Amino acid sequence: MVATPDIPRASSAALLSSKPDKRPPNMGQIIRWLLLFIGGVLMIMPIAYMISTSLKWPHEVYNVNLIPEEPTIENYTYVLEDGRFYMWFVNSIIIATITTISNLLFDSLVGYTLCKFRFPGRTIIFIAILSTLMIPTEMLVIPWYLMSQSFGWLDSYWGIMFPGMMTAFGTFLMKQFFESVPDDFIEAARIDGLNELQIWWTVAMPLVKPALAALAIFVFLGNWTAFLWPLIVTNSVDMYTIPVGLSGFGDEADVAWELIMTGAAISTIPTLIVFLIFQRFIIRGVVMAGLKG
Amino acid sequence: MYRNLTIRQKQIVWAWAFLALPVLFYGVIRFYPTGNAILISFQNWNLLGDRTWAGLENYQKLWNDPVFWKVFANTFLYLLIGTPISLILSFVIAYHLDKLRFMHGFLRMLYFLPFMTSAVAMAWVWRWFYQGVPIGLFNNLLASVGISQIEFLNSTTNALPAVLAPAVWAGLGFQVIIFMAGLRAIPTSYYEAAKIDGVGWWTVLTQITLPLLRPTIVFIVVFSSIGFLRIFDHVFNMTTNNPGGPLNATKPLVLMIYDTAFNGFDMGYAAAQTVVLFTILLIVSLIQLRLLRSD
Repeated sequence: MVATPDIPRASSAALLSSKPDKRPPNMGQIIRWLLLFIGGVLMIMPIAYMISTSLKWPHEVYNVNLIPEEPTIENYTYVLEDGRFYMWFVNSIIIATITTISNLLFDSLVGYTLCKFRFPGRTIIFIAILSTLMIPTEMLVIPWYLMSQSFGWLDSYWGIMFPGMMTAFGTFLMKQFFESVPDDFIEAARIDGLNELQIWWTVAMPLVKPALAALAIFVFLGNWTAFLWPLIVTNSVDMYTIPVGLSGFGDEADVAWELIMTGAAISTIPTLIVFLIFQRFIIRGVVMAGLKG
Repeated sequence: MYRNLTIRQKQIVWAWAFLALPVLFYGVIRFYPTGNAILISFQNWNLLGDRTWAGLENYQKLWNDPVFWKVFANTFLYLLIGTPISLILSFVIAYHLDKLRFMHGFLRMLYFLPFMTSAVAMAWVWRWFYQGVPIGLFNNLLASVGISQIEFLNSTTNALPAVLAPAVWAGLGFQVIIFMAGLRAIPTSYYEAAKIDGVGWWTVLTQITLPLLRPTIVFIVVFSSIGFLRIFDHVFNMTTNNPGGPLNATKPLVLMIYDTAFNGFDMGYAAAQTVVLFTILLIVSLIQLRLLRSD
């Protein structure tokens, strides 16, 4: 839906490398650092309060102190023993994983084909897929719902997953990165007698691993947090994904805020951990996708 | 038979073999539903009965529906408040963060972390913040310094900005990262030349940095505009007791579509609303293409 700003001259890796600064810090720099630090701490306050509250006993929940006086994992035990969050968590993992694998395979195969093959119909396919970026999901949910109803896909994993099995965004991201694979490599592999499928899988794919990893993170995160379509297509509690389940859970009468915070933490902590592990890599991926996708 | 083909012909066979399934997917899951949505917008249908031709009836109903105009205004309020605020905040943060080396990565992480959260989870966290005393964090903080309570989500005037705040908060980190990449792409020789000429920082900012950041700014404005026009998760979850309330004060177009289609089962009317949303988003994208092309 969004065209790319053309930012030349520096690769995304170079854009993020920090040059060491030899000059001693002056007063202005110190104030700048302090203000940005305070701003940054404020930014993570909602996350900090969510986690802190999930570790508090009920009598302490409405205190504004960030550090719980007597931390407890009682809320987690309660929420997980209830069984529903466990089920929703598993559903979300399955759905996000399968969708991610599908996107990695198909988006890269289509991107590769559009990038490296010359065949009649190439331009039309290219423009057709590009144009789907203009179509908002919200316009498609009604027809998807009707389709799911007539094929019996309502309230099933496939029903939740099918709209996202391939994405135009991923296809274009991959196409951009396959441009950097030299045609000579592919030609050499052809002479060695590999067929086109083997060339794609064993020659081209290993060369775009960073792009594949970035795509995997985006697709996984997108499906992990997706709300509108799973809300529409599911109607039994055991098919809910984490966001749909959490939304219904929070809305139940008399549910305590510390339990809602615990549910919210369960849905957020996995992505935060992934981020903290792959931080540099994910930020580089965001830049690549933002500028090239 | 395959053996007798030329290399070029073999390539065509492979290409179409690779594309067969994806072409089917895009046709059935993207193009057919798009056409279908437009078709349904000209019909009357409540899911159970027959589909009957309605002509422009749904669009006329929309035009005369005061709730639609309220929703239309809300949707643009989200955009008109959200986009400038997040643009300015993210630029100021990126501009200063770019000039710092000490613990640069750590500060960047603090700003980026909210982008990795789930909108539904954080909507509930913010909803808790907004509750009155003795529950909500904000009102408890206000009470502790002796300021009177603020009605956030129950007030027709405060609810929309209150719902918008977590959406701005969550998107800020992404915009900061994009801005920083844009800033780093500006050749340092420009700044060195400015330094030699003894130009002040304000002139450098307005004459060098901002003009060269134009493509980045256009990208961020359009990206966040589209995001705010499609706002749903935050509104739905912060107002589940009365979706879009109080008195439709927070209801955006996507929530109206959801309500009309899946609570009211008025599929034709809902489809007409999706066509309106599509048209708005298309116009925004076309404006962006124009702005980028005129560079």
